Amino acid sequence: MMGNGKVIEVKNLVKKFGNFVANDHLTFDVHRGEIFGFLGANGAGKTTAMRILCGLSKPTSGEITVNGFDVYRQSEAIKRTIGYMSQKFSLYEDMTVAENMRFYAGIYKLPRSKRLKKEAELRDKLHMPEIMNKLVGSLPLGWKQKLAFSIALIHDPGIVFLDEPTGGVDPITRRQFWKLIYEASANGITVFVTTHYMDEAEYCDRVTIMVDGRIEALDTPAQLMQTYGASSMNDVFLTLARKAKKAVG
Amino acid sequence: MQVFLSILRKEFIQIFRDKRMLAIIILVPVVQMMVLVYAANMEVKNVDVVVVDNDLSQSSRSLANRFSGSPFFTLTGTTFNEKEAEALLKDDAADLILSIPAGFEEKLIREGNASLQLIFNAINGSAAEISAGYAQNVLLDYNAGIISETLAIERNESPGGINTVVRYWYNELLDYKHFMAPGILVILVTIIGMFLSGMNLVKEKEIGTTEQLNVTPIRKHQLIAAKLIPFWVIALFDLAFGLLIAKFLFKLPIEGSLLVLFTYAAIYLVGVLAAGLLISTFAETQQQVLFIGYFIIMIFILMGGIFTPVESMPRWAQIIDIFNPVCYFMQVIRMVLLKGSGFGDIIPQIIFSVIFGILMMAFSILKYRKRA
Repeated sequence: MMGNGKVIEVKNLVKKFGNFVANDHLTFDVHRGEIFGFLGANGAGKTTAMRILCGLSKPTSGEITVNGFDVYRQSEAIKRTIGYMSQKFSLYEDMTVAENMRFYAGIYKLPRSKRLKKEAELRDKLHMPEIMNKLVGSLPLGWKQKLAFSIALIHDPGIVFLDEPTGGVDPITRRQFWKLIYEASANGITVFVTTHYMDEAEYCDRVTIMVDGRIEALDTPAQLMQTYGASSMNDVFLTLARKAKKAVG
Repeated sequence: MQVFLSILRKEFIQIFRDKRMLAIIILVPVVQMMVLVYAANMEVKNVDVVVVDNDLSQSSRSLANRFSGSPFFTLTGTTFNEKEAEALLKDDAADLILSIPAGFEEKLIREGNASLQLIFNAINGSAAEISAGYAQNVLLDYNAGIISETLAIERNESPGGINTVVRYWYNELLDYKHFMAPGILVILVTIIGMFLSGMNLVKEKEIGTTEQLNVTPIRKHQLIAAKLIPFWVIALFDLAFGLLIAKFLFKLPIEGSLLVLFTYAAIYLVGVLAAGLLISTFAETQQQVLFIGYFIIMIFILMGGIFTPVESMPRWAQIIDIFNPVCYFMQVIRMVLLKGSGFGDIIPQIIFSVIFGILMMAFSILKYRKRA
């Protein structure tokens, strides 16, 4: 299972909420170590699909495996091998950075030596040793997001799911955040990221563009731009979104 | 185990870092014991009496004096006019009209019996009933005085009468505080347990960390146990703390064994905490927990027998109370503290609370979902 093995396999994923079809027959694979972008406007069904892959929600139908585990029957096994960072910032603001790390390390049953190693790593990465004893709530949003990302990787998961990780921060902080993503990817971690920032799409190895619950396109950013004769991912997206509107109208 | 301990440590860190939480843990028992116990006073004192004396005889004056001499009554005025007295009653200036008709003494002497009228302000029915009881006693006493005077014998040797000596076991002096304080302790422990546990889980839902926990391999029972234990400890601490306050403030007797009391409380709290957890699975915000919890707790408490014994409630209420956990703790705490009951005396209550705890726990674990 090295190199370009498939870590996520999705065939005909359908998720319905009543009559509303949030995910309409999605089919795609994600390879080990790649940065896989999941793009789409708000409400296109990105988060729904991601929640299914993380074992937070059950699909209506389809064959889905994550790290070789089946999402219907082995969702708890999936949870041991993935990291997740949600849209909502979700560390405990009333605890210090070290306390948050210790908590998540405990949940993933990390031995003490490994936890201390991770703490040291984080201290180096953030260039601020004193940060460990600061309350998370007192940190700026950009820092919190970097922290949440580091903690999502505390148990060395094979895949990390990032749901709009850079929402609400300035472009410089976003760039710094993407540096962390590249680092993780270089270490062999598969990154599955949803976003609606089209410039971020260009940082991904491959992107999927979702419109109204369906996958409209799936390829490398360069290939997509060429196919649609566009100069940026933003133009690719606009072309696809307009086409979808016409089809509906 | 490592997972469980990690969650437990996190909960304790968060609870003790929250200054408001500490205030709740310390202040709620103090305030409840110091204020509520006194406020829930059911003794009736200082009943204002207005006398309508149309007889103006020695007998009527002596009767009025008996009322003013009683610790329960205060003579606020004398008038000859019924209307005036009624106006006082209406204005809340008087609670009781003692109306002595003209010719009272004459009738008493000539015919050996006479009647008078008592009119109570019964806005507060039970207070009126209690003061009527006191008034009856004053009149009985007065009556006995007349009989002994006319028969010229000692008062306590009324001829042929039965002399009753009443003793109030388990609360000799009928100190209402000894009756109320244990009840208030039950309320204290129930509120602390139910609300704090319910609010805590929903708080995680609100700030979005629940979802983060749900993508981890935490097992449901680990999470729930680690979430409930801190509040279980806090509620038991508050019971001890409240008991200590009651002991010093109103010399609350502790006849029975504290081991019995705390063992029962520990069992009782499992059900209460799980009920709080169950509420939190229905609620999305802390406000919702408060509203639902308040509704349930009000019914539990008012029906639980803190003021009125369950035995005096209507049949349907008694049937509902079979399912009211508060009701059982109310019985146990009074039995153990005032009567000195042991484990053998509270077996039915223990059985109920064990069943209630298991059911509540099962429901809340089933209802708590890691998957949306």
